[in-house]
Amino acid sequence: MEYVIEMLNIRKEFPGIVANNNITLQVKKGEIHALLGENGAGKSTLMNVLFGLYQPEKGEIRARGEVVNISNPNIANDLGIGMVHQHFMLIDTFTVTENIILGKETVSKGKIDLKRAEKEVREISERYGLAVDPKAKVADISVGMQQRVEILKTLYRGAEILIFDEPTAVLTPQEITELIGIFRKLIQEGKSIILITHKLKEIMEVCDRVTVIRKGEGIGTYNVKDTNPNELANLMVGREVSFKTEKKAPNPKETVLNITDLTVKDSRGVHVVNSLNLDVKAGEIVGIAGVDGNGQSELIEAITGLMKKNSGSITLNGKEISVLTPRKITESGIGHIPQDRHKHGLVLDFSIGQNMALQTYYKRPFSNYGFLNQTEIEKKASELIEEFDVRTPSIHTPARALSGGNQQKAIIGREVDRDPDLLIAAQPTRGLDVGAIEFIHKRLIEQRDKGKAVLLISFELEEILNVSDRIAVIFDGEIIATVDPKTTTEQELGLLMAGSNAKKVGVENNV
Amino acid sequence: MSNTIKKISIPIISVLLGVIVGTIIMFATGYNPGDAYTALWNGAFGEIYFTGEVVRQITPLILAGLAVAFAFRTGLFNIGVEGQLIVGWLAAVWVGIAFDLPKIIHLPLAVLAAAAAGALWAFVPGFLKARFRVHEVIVSIMMNYIALHVSNYLIRNVLTDKADRTETIPPSASLRSEFLASITDYSRLHWGILIAVGCAILMWVILEKTVKGYELKAVGFNQKASQYAGMNVNRNIILSMVISGAFAGLAGAMEGLGTFEYVSNKGGFTGVGFDGIAVALLGANGPLGIVLAACLFGFLKVGALNMPLEAGVPNEMVDIIIALIVFFVASSYMIRLFLDRLSKNKSKKGEK
Amino acid sequence: MGLMDVLLIVIPSSLLFAAPLIFTALGGNFSERAGVVNIGLEGLMVMGAFSSIVFNLTFADSLGAWTPWISLLVAMVVGAVFSILHAVASITFRADQTVSGVAINLLAAGLAMFLVKLIYDGKGQTGTIRYSFKKIDIPVLKDIPVIGDLFFSNTYWTSYLAIIVAIIAWYVMYKTPFGLRLRSVGEHPMAADTMGINVTKMRYIAVILSGAFGGIGGGVFAQSITNDFTHATISGQGFMALAALIFGKWNPLGAMGAAIFFGFAQSLSIVGSSLPFLENIPNVYLLIAPYVLTIIALTGFIGRADAPKASGVPYIKGSR
Repeated sequence: MEYVIEMLNIRKEFPGIVANNNITLQVKKGEIHALLGENGAGKSTLMNVLFGLYQPEKGEIRARGEVVNISNPNIANDLGIGMVHQHFMLIDTFTVTENIILGKETVSKGKIDLKRAEKEVREISERYGLAVDPKAKVADISVGMQQRVEILKTLYRGAEILIFDEPTAVLTPQEITELIGIFRKLIQEGKSIILITHKLKEIMEVCDRVTVIRKGEGIGTYNVKDTNPNELANLMVGREVSFKTEKKAPNPKETVLNITDLTVKDSRGVHVVNSLNLDVKAGEIVGIAGVDGNGQSELIEAITGLMKKNSGSITLNGKEISVLTPRKITESGIGHIPQDRHKHGLVLDFSIGQNMALQTYYKRPFSNYGFLNQTEIEKKASELIEEFDVRTPSIHTPARALSGGNQQKAIIGREVDRDPDLLIAAQPTRGLDVGAIEFIHKRLIEQRDKGKAVLLISFELEEILNVSDRIAVIFDGEIIATVDPKTTTEQELGLLMAGSNAKKVGVENNV
Repeated sequence: MSNTIKKISIPIISVLLGVIVGTIIMFATGYNPGDAYTALWNGAFGEIYFTGEVVRQITPLILAGLAVAFAFRTGLFNIGVEGQLIVGWLAAVWVGIAFDLPKIIHLPLAVLAAAAAGALWAFVPGFLKARFRVHEVIVSIMMNYIALHVSNYLIRNVLTDKADRTETIPPSASLRSEFLASITDYSRLHWGILIAVGCAILMWVILEKTVKGYELKAVGFNQKASQYAGMNVNRNIILSMVISGAFAGLAGAMEGLGTFEYVSNKGGFTGVGFDGIAVALLGANGPLGIVLAACLFGFLKVGALNMPLEAGVPNEMVDIIIALIVFFVASSYMIRLFLDRLSKNKSKKGEK
Repeated sequence: MGLMDVLLIVIPSSLLFAAPLIFTALGGNFSERAGVVNIGLEGLMVMGAFSSIVFNLTFADSLGAWTPWISLLVAMVVGAVFSILHAVASITFRADQTVSGVAINLLAAGLAMFLVKLIYDGKGQTGTIRYSFKKIDIPVLKDIPVIGDLFFSNTYWTSYLAIIVAIIAWYVMYKTPFGLRLRSVGEHPMAADTMGINVTKMRYIAVILSGAFGGIGGGVFAQSITNDFTHATISGQGFMALAALIFGKWNPLGAMGAAIFFGFAQSLSIVGSSLPFLENIPNVYLLIAPYVLTIIALTGFIGRADAPKASGVPYIKGSR
């Protein structure tokens, strides 16, 4: 049994938390080995140890049978280990070539030899079928090409073992198929691949073996042929997991949100939202499916008033809101769970109690004649924290100290408590563990059953399919199709998200 | 170790470290630290006249510290306190010598003029930051120099006829009093200290108790989230700088209506604005801490004047120590780490 | 007074004032491009000015005509060493970089005057140096018609040294591996870290370079313009250099151009009264012109939109 990489009994600590506790991972040469675990289980940490970004407190690493000490990424590189990061480590203002050669520049007479570098980049890119434009600035290229640049970075340094960290998070189903093709080619060329993921379908499709991690502990290594998604899910979470969210049939009533011919331009004058039409009725959940960057963020900002529209109309319960200030729009009856809870949803340096008042601090009874009424604020905060199961030592704890799941629950509590007619949820479960995800989905359905309109935007197709009553596909700033989650397939959605077969599908399904 | 103890120890440790390094420098340059510190003490408390001067010096330092701290708390760095102070000083004296009114109107008017002038001067960097995202630090620094030159020009050409200082303000606009002068052997101590302390309380009330304070803090911590919460970020940025500038202008009023009772041409900055940064940092941007830190710096600055006389040590030694204290407070992360490790060892020993 | 006469006064004067700004701005460029904000350039210039004057006064007899140049080297070393304080505070101690810069300025001002009083018997200013950077005519080039008179006569070596150094700095920044890595550290330190670049080492080098250049800037200023050292010698030039850097969009050549422009503004405030169309303008306008122009430039030129992305943020391994 020749293992190309062995990580034995690894323990990695950070202040206050044990990220990896006694984990063993053994990768055979030429295999695709999955590292499976929920968000926050410790997979990325383990791989950062392998890549030399972190040092383990305990444990041993072996490369091709020999014990090694990987104290920095350069040593990892020399051993042939390369990492394709989940959040791309690319410098926007540099070109593709500059990003690839950074740290191992081709030099002639003290100067960087860009021509030679570009030639080498082109050669490798052709050999592995990774199409890139060597002269383009990274800020200007597509997400798919950016990922290929990340892969080329490792191959340029002669990587034999490639670690992929959640590579499919930003890809459409078609791009995922392409990537799997790239995997197969790499294996053909003699490489070994470690795939960090929480997506069971991908593991079943492409991996040979899988190691499961749960809450920092290694659970075990299994042959993919001998297992199935349900079993893996149970191992990942530690209990029985149901994939389908239980919900009654929707009972949509009057239209709450009506968007007609909405156009929004960005700072460069590009139409990021392009004559968009959409409506959401009371008592239904509309899910917007689409690849990141097709106008979802701008659509939300236009609805909530943070971005000015160029033309078109947005009405809430019949009233035109696109001309109002963000505060007036919120007061008209919109709740918003923003897609980045740290940047947009919370003031992390405020206490969680103060954050609960973020939308209401200026109104009675929370303030009076310009002065805050701390008693009322604290009372409401305690109520909400109790009702929405936000785990925190006290309402005075800084929001920063809470876990992602609890922060999100707090935001949901704050928004839902104001009883908005329309609830917008953008990436509500990103980065959360299964328990929190279930809780949040339940809450969204609860709101819908109460007769509210819910608009869900997510990049996770499973979530959209699970939770929505209707799915609207956004592409290039337009809603190009609406489909019924009960009858559509991931394939169909994938094609729509990539822009094909638009009108035909909408007509056929008669939605 | 509780969080509050840690919070207080950092300023104290920084002061100690600053003094220690200052002492080392004195040894290295052949001066006698013992003499120097004795001269320092004597220069502040040796005579009641000196002590009066110390309290007088504390007054503008409190206000300068409040100005810097208020901006800090709302996410901005007001390094333009020097300039705002100068225009405030000018405005206060101008109102002082331009009008003839009963004291109950004249003095408050002059004080308000100073606050308004400082507020206006700070409006420029605030507005440019809010509207054009220009960094307030560089703009404020430029405004400092503009204030210096413009003030000198106005004194020479508008307030006087080519003279280097204006006339003295009438008693109806002055903060001084016979009573205070008599109990401190005719130092320049004036009632401004009450205004300064009052402003400290005011700052606390605004930031902790009012709706506006909640907004200003939120914007200072996280602009995007504040936007999402419906707050007008730009207006709050400007308001924050304006209030900060008002405090700085008041510091100028202290000098113009109390310490000097006139305004004169300046060859350089007063230094109070930069000391205000040190005061704010050392006082952890809180009103009580600022008052305490201002007391320390008032003591240092006045006492230092005695060092060349009694110990032959240049008074710049104190400036060096103040700079070092700022360094150490700014590097407090290191001190906190050290304290954390200390408390971990203590608890380990306790378990044994 | 014809146009030619005006230019003959203005051009050498602008280059004279621009030279210290160019050096200091280049220093700021290295530091900021690597992600460390350096407000302390003013203080570094003070230390450079101080050390060059003191060294000049002390060793003028033994070094003769070489004195100003060697003093410049001393200023460079002193500036570099002094900047280590800022580096340690900002990089290792993770201090707020702006605050640390302010502390550098306070410390430099205090320390320099303290030492002056120590060395010169309690006096608040040094004597005047004998060997300063004097006006010269550059051989050969001065004979070129028109341009020779304007640019290469009655000028200073230091001005042209500054321009040459700026060009070298540009080359290093954009054409060498060192420059590429330096910029990567300022744009995305974590990415640079994953490529095996030592972010801390890179940032230390950058800050020390800024100290060296700032020291040279101060030394050039003191030895060509004021010829002595007092508490008022350096008054805002460091900040102006920082503004020139921002105006020049963090590019050595851009900073050089901006510095020459600011040098022009500064020189106007001094020579303005002898120029025909300026002699009736109250001097105050000329005095504040550089500062007002800086504000306008900052506002009109996209503010800080192009700053290195990771500027001002301490790099902490393991933070995500």
